[in-house]
Amino acid sequence: MFPLRLRDVRFQPNGRKVLDGVELELGGEGITLVLGPNGAGKSVLLRTICGLLEPTGGQMDWGGGARPHLGVMMVFQHPMMLCASVLENVALALKPHGVPRTERRRRAARVLDRVGLLARASESARLLSGGEQQRLALARAWVTAPRLLLLDEPTASLDPSATAEVERIVREIRTDGTRILMTTHNLGQATRLGDDVVFMSAGRVREHAPVQRFFARPASDEARLFIQGELPWRMNF
Amino acid sequence: MYGLAATFADAFALLATFDHRAVEIVSLSLRVSGSAVILGTFIGLPLGACLAVGRFPGRSVALVVINGLMGAPSVVVGVVVYLILSRSGPLGGLGMLYTPAAMVAAQTLLVVPLMAAIARQIIEDTWQRYAEEFRAMRFTWLQSVTTLLYDCRHSLLVAVLAGLGRAMSEVGAVMIVGGNIDHATRVMTTAIALETSKGDLPLAIALGIVLVAVILVLNAAAFAMRAWAMRRYG
Repeated sequence: MFPLRLRDVRFQPNGRKVLDGVELELGGEGITLVLGPNGAGKSVLLRTICGLLEPTGGQMDWGGGARPHLGVMMVFQHPMMLCASVLENVALALKPHGVPRTERRRRAARVLDRVGLLARASESARLLSGGEQQRLALARAWVTAPRLLLLDEPTASLDPSATAEVERIVREIRTDGTRILMTTHNLGQATRLGDDVVFMSAGRVREHAPVQRFFARPASDEARLFIQGELPWRMNF
Repeated sequence: MYGLAATFADAFALLATFDHRAVEIVSLSLRVSGSAVILGTFIGLPLGACLAVGRFPGRSVALVVINGLMGAPSVVVGVVVYLILSRSGPLGGLGMLYTPAAMVAAQTLLVVPLMAAIARQIIEDTWQRYAEEFRAMRFTWLQSVTTLLYDCRHSLLVAVLAGLGRAMSEVGAVMIVGGNIDHATRVMTTAIALETSKGDLPLAIALGIVLVAVILVLNAAAFAMRAWAMRRYG
Protein backbone atom coordinates (compact mmCIF):
# COMPACT_ATOMS: atom_id res chain seq x y z
CA MET A 1 0.00 0.00 0.00
CA PHE A 2 2.88 2.37 0.80
CA PRO A 3 4.62 4.33 -0.46
CA LEU A 4 1.61 5.96 -2.05
CA ARG A 5 2.73 7.87 -5.12
CA LEU A 6 0.63 10.37 -7.02
CA ARG A 7 2.03 11.26 -10.41
CA ASP A 8 0.56 14.14 -12.39
CA VAL A 9 -2.87 13.48 -10.88
CA ARG A 10 -5.50 15.72 -12.39
CA PHE A 11 -9.15 16.28 -11.65
CA GLN A 12 -10.58 18.65 -14.20
CA PRO A 13 -14.36 18.33 -14.56
CA ASN A 14 -15.63 20.41 -17.48
CA GLY A 15 -12.11 21.74 -17.99
CA ARG A 16 -11.96 23.35 -14.55
CA LYS A 17 -8.54 22.63 -13.03
CA VAL A 18 -9.38 21.49 -9.50
CA LEU A 19 -6.32 19.26 -9.31
CA ASP A 20 -3.71 20.27 -11.82
CA GLY A 21 -0.94 17.70 -11.94
CA VAL A 22 -0.47 16.74 -8.29
CA GLU A 23 2.85 15.08 -7.46
CA LEU A 24 3.03 13.55 -4.00
CA GLU A 25 4.67 10.64 -2.22
CA LEU A 26 3.56 9.39 1.17
CA GLY A 27 5.50 6.92 3.26
CA GLY A 28 3.88 4.46 5.62
CA GLU A 29 4.07 6.39 8.88
CA GLY A 30 3.26 9.73 10.44
CA ILE A 31 0.82 12.57 10.14
CA THR A 32 0.87 14.76 7.06
CA LEU A 33 -1.00 18.06 7.20
CA VAL A 34 -2.34 19.47 3.95
CA LEU A 35 -2.38 23.26 4.04
CA GLY A 36 -3.49 25.81 1.53
CA PRO A 37 -6.02 28.53 0.83
CA ASN A 38 -9.68 27.86 0.14
CA GLY A 39 -10.15 26.33 -3.29
CA ALA A 40 -6.59 24.99 -3.39
CA GLY A 41 -7.88 21.46 -3.95
CA LYS A 42 -7.15 19.98 -0.50
CA SER A 43 -10.50 18.28 0.04
CA VAL A 44 -10.63 17.10 -3.56
CA LEU A 45 -7.16 15.59 -3.14
CA LEU A 46 -8.39 13.61 -0.12
CA ARG A 47 -11.54 12.50 -1.94
CA THR A 48 -9.48 11.41 -4.92
CA ILE A 49 -7.12 9.36 -2.75
CA CYS A 50 -10.16 7.85 -0.98
CA GLY A 51 -11.62 6.85 -4.32
CA LEU A 52 -14.71 9.04 -4.04
CA LEU A 53 -13.59 11.00 -7.10
CA GLU A 54 -12.05 9.49 -10.18
CA PRO A 55 -9.06 11.52 -11.41
CA THR A 56 -9.32 12.65 -15.01
CA GLY A 57 -5.63 12.03 -15.53
CA GLY A 58 -2.39 10.88 -13.94
CA GLN A 59 -1.53 7.84 -11.87
CA MET A 60 -1.88 6.69 -8.29
CA ASP A 61 0.48 3.93 -7.27
CA TRP A 62 -0.35 2.14 -4.02
CA GLY A 63 3.02 0.60 -3.22
CA GLY A 64 3.05 -1.19 -6.52
CA GLY A 65 -0.47 -2.60 -6.18
CA ALA A 66 -4.04 -1.52 -6.77
CA ARG A 67 -6.01 0.69 -4.39
CA PRO A 68 -6.97 -1.49 -1.43
CA HIS A 69 -10.73 -2.12 -1.19
CA LEU A 70 -10.63 -1.74 2.58
CA GLY A 71 -7.97 -0.06 4.67
CA VAL A 72 -8.55 3.54 3.60
CA MET A 73 -11.04 5.55 5.67
CA MET A 74 -12.11 9.15 5.56
CA VAL A 75 -13.61 11.44 8.21
CA PHE A 76 -15.53 14.45 7.00
CA GLN A 77 -15.93 17.94 8.41
CA HIS A 78 -19.63 17.30 9.06
CA PRO A 79 -19.90 13.57 9.69
CA MET A 80 -23.23 11.86 9.20
CA MET A 81 -25.00 10.52 12.25
CA LEU A 82 -27.49 7.72 11.78
CA CYS A 83 -30.75 7.86 13.69
CA ALA A 84 -29.31 5.32 16.11
CA SER A 85 -27.21 5.00 19.24
CA VAL A 86 -23.58 6.06 19.51
CA LEU A 87 -22.52 2.40 19.64
CA GLU A 88 -24.51 1.49 16.53
CA ASN A 89 -23.02 4.44 14.64
CA VAL A 90 -19.52 3.16 15.31
CA ALA A 91 -20.29 -0.53 14.77
CA LEU A 92 -21.77 0.42 11.39
CA ALA A 93 -18.31 0.88 9.86
CA LEU A 94 -17.48 -2.80 10.37
CA LYS A 95 -20.38 -3.99 8.21
CA PRO A 96 -18.38 -4.01 4.96
CA HIS A 97 -15.61 -5.94 6.76
CA GLY A 98 -17.91 -8.91 7.30
CA VAL A 99 -17.57 -8.75 11.07
CA PRO A 100 -20.42 -10.53 12.94
CA ARG A 101 -22.87 -8.27 14.78
CA THR A 102 -21.81 -9.13 18.34
CA GLU A 103 -18.15 -8.70 17.48
CA ARG A 104 -18.92 -5.37 15.78
CA ARG A 105 -20.52 -4.11 18.98
CA ARG A 106 -17.66 -5.39 21.14
CA ARG A 107 -15.03 -3.66 19.00
CA ALA A 108 -17.12 -0.49 18.82
CA ALA A 109 -17.37 -0.37 22.62
CA ARG A 110 -13.60 -0.77 22.92
CA VAL A 111 -12.92 2.15 20.58
CA LEU A 112 -15.61 4.29 22.20
CA ASP A 113 -13.75 3.79 25.47
CA ARG A 114 -10.59 5.17 23.85
CA VAL A 115 -12.35 8.29 22.57
CA GLY A 116 -14.11 8.88 25.90
CA LEU A 117 -17.65 8.13 24.71
CA LEU A 118 -18.27 4.70 26.22
CA ALA A 119 -20.49 6.14 28.95
CA ARG A 120 -22.75 7.56 26.23
CA ALA A 121 -22.78 4.47 24.04
CA SER A 122 -26.52 3.92 24.34
CA GLU A 123 -27.48 7.56 23.73
CA SER A 124 -28.59 8.93 20.40
CA ALA A 125 -25.65 10.02 18.26
CA ARG A 126 -27.61 13.01 16.96
CA LEU A 127 -27.91 14.47 20.44
CA LEU A 128 -24.12 14.66 20.91
CA SER A 129 -22.31 18.00 20.71
CA GLY A 130 -20.29 18.87 17.60
CA GLY A 131 -17.03 17.87 19.27
CA GLU A 132 -18.47 14.58 20.49
CA GLN A 133 -19.85 13.82 17.04
CA GLN A 134 -16.41 14.37 15.57
CA ARG A 135 -14.92 12.00 18.18
CA LEU A 136 -17.59 9.48 17.21
CA ALA A 137 -16.63 9.89 13.55
CA LEU A 138 -12.98 9.27 14.44
CA ALA A 139 -14.01 6.20 16.44
CA ARG A 140 -16.00 4.97 13.44
CA ALA A 141 -12.90 5.18 11.27
CA TRP A 142 -10.54 3.85 13.96
CA VAL A 143 -12.63 0.75 14.66
CA THR A 144 -11.77 -0.53 11.17
CA ALA A 145 -8.02 -0.20 11.92
CA PRO A 146 -7.32 1.58 8.62
CA ARG A 147 -3.84 1.73 7.11
CA LEU A 148 -4.55 5.22 5.79
CA LEU A 149 -6.90 7.71 7.44
CA LEU A 150 -7.97 10.84 5.58
CA LEU A 151 -9.27 13.68 7.77
CA ASP A 152 -10.99 16.60 6.05
CA GLU A 153 -10.81 19.56 8.46
CA PRO A 154 -12.08 17.54 11.42
CA THR A 155 -11.70 20.46 13.83
CA ALA A 156 -12.99 23.25 11.59
CA SER A 157 -16.01 24.16 13.71
CA LEU A 158 -14.83 23.03 17.14
CA ASP A 159 -13.89 25.01 20.23
CA PRO A 160 -10.30 24.79 21.59
CA SER A 161 -11.00 22.05 24.15
CA ALA A 162 -12.87 19.89 21.63
CA THR A 163 -10.04 20.53 19.15
CA ALA A 164 -7.46 19.42 21.73
CA GLU A 165 -9.44 16.22 22.35
CA VAL A 166 -9.64 15.46 18.64
CA GLU A 167 -5.89 16.07 18.31
CA ARG A 168 -5.23 13.65 21.20
CA ILE A 169 -7.28 10.98 19.44
CA VAL A 170 -5.54 11.59 16.12
CA ARG A 171 -2.17 11.09 17.84
CA GLU A 172 -3.41 7.83 19.39
CA ILE A 173 -4.65 6.56 16.03
CA ARG A 174 -1.25 7.33 14.60
CA THR A 175 0.43 5.46 17.46
CA ASP A 176 -1.68 2.43 16.50
CA GLY A 177 0.10 2.42 13.15
CA THR A 178 -2.34 4.32 10.95
CA ARG A 179 -0.95 6.73 8.36
CA ILE A 180 -2.81 10.03 8.56
CA LEU A 181 -3.36 12.69 5.90
CA MET A 182 -5.30 15.66 7.23
CA THR A 183 -6.39 19.02 5.89
CA THR A 184 -6.57 22.05 8.16
CA HIS A 185 -6.57 25.82 8.13
CA ASN A 186 -5.18 25.90 11.66
CA LEU A 187 -1.44 26.59 11.42
CA GLY A 188 -0.99 26.00 15.16
CA GLN A 189 -2.54 22.60 14.75
CA ALA A 190 -0.14 21.86 11.93
CA THR A 191 2.83 22.54 14.19
CA ARG A 192 1.33 20.54 17.07
CA LEU A 193 0.27 17.48 15.09
CA GLY A 194 2.15 17.24 11.84
CA ASP A 195 5.32 15.43 10.92
CA ASP A 196 5.31 17.00 7.51
CA VAL A 197 3.30 19.55 5.56
CA VAL A 198 1.93 19.47 2.04
CA PHE A 199 1.21 22.99 0.84
CA MET A 200 -1.25 23.31 -2.03
CA SER A 201 -2.53 26.16 -4.11
CA ALA A 202 -4.44 26.32 -7.39
CA GLY A 203 -4.73 22.53 -7.55
CA ARG A 204 -1.00 21.84 -7.29
CA VAL A 205 1.34 20.69 -4.53
CA ARG A 206 3.73 23.63 -4.16
CA GLU A 207 5.74 22.28 -1.31
CA HIS A 208 6.14 19.09 0.73
CA ALA A 209 8.47 19.49 3.69
CA PRO A 210 8.93 18.58 7.36
CA VAL A 211 6.83 20.82 9.61
CA GLN A 212 9.73 22.66 11.27
CA ARG A 213 11.38 23.46 7.98
CA PHE A 214 8.13 24.47 6.29
CA PHE A 215 7.35 27.08 8.92
CA ALA A 216 10.95 28.22 9.44
CA ARG A 217 12.04 28.37 5.81
CA PRO A 218 9.15 28.01 3.36
CA ALA A 219 10.57 27.26 -0.05
CA SER A 220 7.97 29.11 -2.09
CA ASP A 221 6.61 32.64 -2.02
CA GLU A 222 3.05 31.29 -1.91
CA ALA A 223 3.81 29.28 1.24
CA ARG A 224 5.53 32.25 2.88
CA LEU A 225 2.59 34.54 2.09
CA PHE A 226 0.14 31.89 3.31
CA ILE A 227 1.96 31.51 6.64
CA GLN A 228 1.99 35.28 7.03
CA GLY A 229 -1.73 35.41 6.24
CA GLU A 230 -1.13 37.53 3.16
CA LEU A 231 -1.89 35.08 0.38
CA PRO A 232 -4.54 36.80 -1.75
CA TRP A 233 -7.78 34.88 -2.06
CA ARG A 234 -8.21 33.01 -5.36
CA MET A 235 -4.67 33.91 -6.40
CA ASN A 236 -3.60 32.25 -9.63
CA PHE A 237 0.05 31.31 -9.61
CA MET B 1 -83.76 17.06 10.31
CA TYR B 2 -85.31 14.67 12.80
CA GLY B 3 -84.72 11.83 10.36
CA LEU B 4 -81.00 12.59 10.16
CA ALA B 5 -80.68 12.74 13.95
CA ALA B 6 -82.54 9.47 14.28
CA THR B 7 -80.29 7.86 11.68
CA PHE B 8 -77.18 8.91 13.59
CA ALA B 9 -78.74 7.70 16.85
CA ASP B 10 -79.39 4.30 15.26
CA ALA B 11 -75.84 4.23 13.91
CA PHE B 12 -74.34 4.89 17.36
CA ALA B 13 -76.68 2.26 18.81
CA LEU B 14 -75.28 -0.28 16.34
CA LEU B 15 -71.76 0.58 17.45
CA ALA B 16 -72.61 0.61 21.14
CA THR B 17 -74.19 -2.85 20.96
CA PHE B 18 -71.33 -4.25 18.84
CA ASP B 19 -73.78 -5.26 16.12
CA HIS B 20 -72.51 -8.59 14.80
CA ARG B 21 -72.83 -7.55 11.14
CA ALA B 22 -70.82 -4.39 11.73
CA VAL B 23 -68.19 -6.25 13.76
CA GLU B 24 -67.82 -8.89 11.05
CA ILE B 25 -67.42 -6.28 8.32
CA VAL B 26 -64.97 -4.16 10.31
CA SER B 27 -62.94 -7.23 11.25
CA LEU B 28 -62.63 -8.37 7.62
CA SER B 29 -61.74 -4.84 6.49
CA LEU B 30 -58.93 -4.60 9.02
CA ARG B 31 -57.59 -8.04 8.12
CA VAL B 32 -57.66 -7.37 4.37
CA SER B 33 -56.22 -3.85 4.48
CA GLY B 34 -53.74 -4.74 7.24
CA SER B 35 -52.45 -7.69 5.22
CA ALA B 36 -52.16 -5.54 2.10
CA VAL B 37 -50.23 -2.86 3.97
CA ILE B 38 -47.88 -5.41 5.57
CA LEU B 39 -47.18 -6.88 2.12
CA GLY B 40 -46.88 -3.36 0.71
CA THR B 41 -44.36 -2.47 3.42
CA PHE B 42 -42.15 -5.45 2.57
CA ILE B 43 -42.37 -4.75 -1.17
CA GLY B 44 -42.88 -1.00 -1.52
CA LEU B 45 -40.34 0.33 0.98
CA PRO B 46 -37.37 -1.74 -0.29
CA LEU B 47 -38.45 -0.94 -3.86
CA GLY B 48 -38.45 2.77 -3.01
CA ALA B 49 -35.03 2.45 -1.37
CA CYS B 50 -33.63 0.64 -4.41
CA LEU B 51 -34.93 3.38 -6.69
CA ALA B 52 -33.43 6.03 -4.39
CA VAL B 53 -29.96 4.48 -4.24
CA GLY B 54 -29.72 2.68 -7.57
CA ARG B 55 -28.42 4.28 -10.75
CA PHE B 56 -29.31 2.11 -13.72
CA PRO B 57 -30.51 2.50 -17.30
CA GLY B 58 -34.24 3.13 -17.34
CA ARG B 59 -34.34 4.52 -13.79
CA SER B 60 -36.15 7.65 -14.96
CA VAL B 61 -38.77 5.54 -16.71
CA ALA B 62 -39.20 3.45 -13.55
CA LEU B 63 -39.70 6.61 -11.50
CA VAL B 64 -42.31 7.96 -13.92
CA VAL B 65 -44.16 4.62 -13.89
CA ILE B 66 -44.12 4.36 -10.09
CA ASN B 67 -45.24 7.96 -9.67
CA GLY B 68 -47.94 7.46 -12.30
CA LEU B 69 -49.24 4.28 -10.67
CA MET B 70 -49.59 6.15 -7.38
CA GLY B 71 -52.77 7.64 -8.74
CA ALA B 72 -54.00 4.59 -10.64
CA PRO B 73 -57.82 4.29 -10.38
CA SER B 74 -58.72 1.44 -8.06
CA VAL B 75 -61.31 0.07 -10.49
CA VAL B 76 -58.63 -0.33 -13.15
CA VAL B 77 -56.41 -2.21 -10.69
CA GLY B 78 -59.47 -4.27 -9.79
CA VAL B 79 -60.09 -5.19 -13.42
CA VAL B 80 -56.42 -6.14 -13.94
CA VAL B 81 -56.46 -8.40 -10.86
CA TYR B 82 -59.82 -9.80 -11.95
CA LEU B 83 -58.41 -10.74 -15.36
CA ILE B 84 -55.39 -12.39 -13.76
CA LEU B 85 -57.44 -14.36 -11.23
CA SER B 86 -60.45 -15.19 -13.41
CA ARG B 87 -60.88 -18.78 -14.54
CA SER B 88 -59.28 -18.06 -17.95
CA GLY B 89 -56.52 -15.88 -16.45
CA PRO B 90 -52.92 -16.94 -15.73
CA LEU B 91 -53.64 -17.53 -12.03
CA GLY B 92 -57.22 -18.73 -12.49
CA GLY B 93 -56.30 -22.18 -11.25
CA LEU B 94 -55.69 -20.82 -7.75
CA GLY B 95 -59.42 -20.20 -7.32
CA MET B 96 -58.77 -16.94 -5.51
CA LEU B 97 -61.42 -14.80 -7.17
CA TYR B 98 -64.16 -13.59 -4.78
CA THR B 99 -62.09 -14.42 -1.73
CA PRO B 100 -60.38 -12.12 0.80
CA ALA B 101 -57.05 -13.25 -0.67
CA ALA B 102 -57.99 -11.67 -3.99
CA MET B 103 -58.90 -8.46 -2.18
CA VAL B 104 -55.52 -8.47 -0.41
CA ALA B 105 -53.79 -8.92 -3.78
CA ALA B 106 -55.70 -6.03 -5.33
CA GLN B 107 -55.07 -3.70 -2.41
CA THR B 108 -51.39 -4.67 -2.34
CA LEU B 109 -51.11 -3.69 -6.00
CA LEU B 110 -52.74 -0.39 -5.14
CA VAL B 111 -50.51 0.50 -2.19
CA VAL B 112 -47.10 -0.69 -3.43
CA PRO B 113 -46.56 2.17 -5.94
CA LEU B 114 -47.75 4.76 -3.43
CA MET B 115 -45.52 3.46 -0.64
CA ALA B 116 -42.57 3.02 -3.01
CA ALA B 117 -42.87 6.56 -4.37
CA ILE B 118 -43.06 8.15 -0.92
CA ALA B 119 -40.24 5.95 0.40
CA ARG B 120 -38.10 6.81 -2.63
CA GLN B 121 -38.43 10.52 -1.96
CA ILE B 122 -37.69 10.21 1.78
CA ILE B 123 -34.71 7.90 1.30
CA GLU B 124 -33.24 9.81 -1.64
CA ASP B 125 -33.07 12.98 0.47
CA THR B 126 -31.17 11.08 3.17
CA TRP B 127 -29.00 9.26 0.62
CA GLN B 128 -27.78 12.56 -0.82
CA ARG B 129 -26.44 13.46 2.62
CA TYR B 130 -24.93 10.04 3.37
CA ALA B 131 -23.73 8.79 -0.01
CA GLU B 132 -20.16 10.02 0.21
CA GLU B 133 -19.61 8.62 3.68
CA PHE B 134 -21.16 5.26 2.79
CA ARG B 135 -18.88 5.03 -0.22
CA ALA B 136 -15.88 5.97 1.92
CA MET B 137 -16.79 3.09 4.25
CA ARG B 138 -17.05 0.80 1.16
CA PHE B 139 -20.68 -0.07 1.73
CA THR B 140 -22.17 -2.35 -0.87
CA TRP B 141 -25.34 -1.30 -2.61
CA LEU B 142 -27.38 -3.70 -0.47
CA GLN B 143 -25.76 -2.49 2.75
CA SER B 144 -26.61 1.09 1.76
CA VAL B 145 -30.25 0.17 1.10
CA THR B 146 -30.74 -1.72 4.37
CA THR B 147 -28.98 0.95 6.43
CA LEU B 148 -31.05 3.72 4.85
CA LEU B 149 -34.30 1.82 5.47
CA TYR B 150 -33.30 1.48 9.11
CA ASP B 151 -32.21 5.10 9.41
CA CYS B 152 -35.43 6.45 7.86
CA ARG B 153 -37.73 4.08 9.74
CA HIS B 154 -39.61 6.82 11.58
CA SER B 155 -40.11 8.98 8.48
CA LEU B 156 -41.24 5.93 6.52
CA LEU B 157 -44.26 5.66 8.80
CA VAL B 158 -45.72 8.33 6.54
CA ALA B 159 -45.53 5.93 3.61
CA VAL B 160 -47.11 3.13 5.65
CA LEU B 161 -49.93 5.40 6.79
CA ALA B 162 -50.54 6.64 3.26
CA GLY B 163 -50.75 3.02 2.12
CA LEU B 164 -53.17 2.17 4.89
CA GLY B 165 -55.35 5.14 4.06
CA ARG B 166 -55.40 4.16 0.40
CA ALA B 167 -56.17 0.51 1.16
CA MET B 168 -58.92 1.15 3.69
CA SER B 169 -60.69 3.83 1.70
CA GLU B 170 -60.76 2.25 -1.74
CA VAL B 171 -63.93 0.54 -2.94
CA GLY B 172 -63.56 -0.20 -6.65
CA ALA B 173 -60.93 -2.92 -6.61
CA VAL B 174 -62.32 -4.93 -3.70
CA MET B 175 -65.82 -4.69 -5.17
CA ILE B 176 -64.62 -6.20 -8.47
CA VAL B 177 -62.35 -8.97 -7.13
CA GLY B 178 -64.25 -9.65 -3.90
CA GLY B 179 -67.78 -9.38 -5.19
CA ASN B 180 -69.09 -7.82 -1.95
CA ILE B 181 -70.45 -11.20 -0.80
CA ASP B 182 -72.21 -11.12 2.57
CA HIS B 183 -70.30 -12.94 5.33
CA ALA B 184 -67.45 -13.58 2.92
CA THR B 185 -65.94 -10.56 1.18
CA ARG B 186 -67.96 -7.58 2.41
CA VAL B 187 -65.71 -4.84 3.79
CA MET B 188 -66.50 -1.41 5.17
CA THR B 189 -66.32 0.55 1.92
CA THR B 190 -68.33 -1.92 -0.16
CA ALA B 191 -70.86 -2.30 2.65
CA ILE B 192 -71.25 1.47 2.95
CA ALA B 193 -71.88 1.75 -0.80
CA LEU B 194 -74.38 -1.11 -0.75
CA GLU B 195 -76.26 -0.10 2.40
CA THR B 196 -76.53 3.51 1.21
CA SER B 197 -78.03 2.38 -2.09
CA LYS B 198 -80.46 0.16 -0.16
CA GLY B 199 -81.42 3.03 2.13
CA ASP B 200 -80.07 1.31 5.27
CA LEU B 201 -78.27 4.44 6.41
CA PRO B 202 -77.62 3.57 10.08
CA LEU B 203 -75.28 0.69 9.21
CA ALA B 204 -73.60 2.76 6.46
CA ILE B 205 -73.01 5.62 8.90
CA ALA B 206 -71.85 3.30 11.68
CA LEU B 207 -69.27 1.76 9.35
CA GLY B 208 -68.26 5.21 8.14
CA ILE B 209 -67.65 6.33 11.72
CA VAL B 210 -65.51 3.25 12.38
CA LEU B 211 -63.56 3.78 9.14
CA VAL B 212 -62.75 7.40 9.98
CA ALA B 213 -62.01 6.53 13.62
CA VAL B 214 -59.56 3.78 12.66
CA ILE B 215 -57.67 6.08 10.32
CA LEU B 216 -57.59 8.88 12.93
CA VAL B 217 -56.37 6.56 15.69
CA LEU B 218 -53.61 5.13 13.50
CA ASN B 219 -52.51 8.61 12.47
CA ALA B 220 -52.47 9.73 16.10
CA ALA B 221 -50.38 6.68 17.02
CA ALA B 222 -47.95 7.42 14.21
CA PHE B 223 -47.73 11.06 15.25
CA ALA B 224 -46.99 10.04 18.84
CA MET B 225 -44.35 7.58 17.66
CA ARG B 226 -42.62 10.24 15.56
CA ALA B 227 -42.69 12.69 18.45
CA TRP B 228 -41.12 10.04 20.68
CA ALA B 229 -38.48 9.32 18.03
CA MET B 230 -37.63 13.00 17.73
CA ARG B 231 -37.13 13.25 21.48
CA ARG B 232 -35.16 10.01 21.61
CA TYR B 233 -32.93 10.45 18.55
CA GLY B 234 -33.00 14.15 17.72
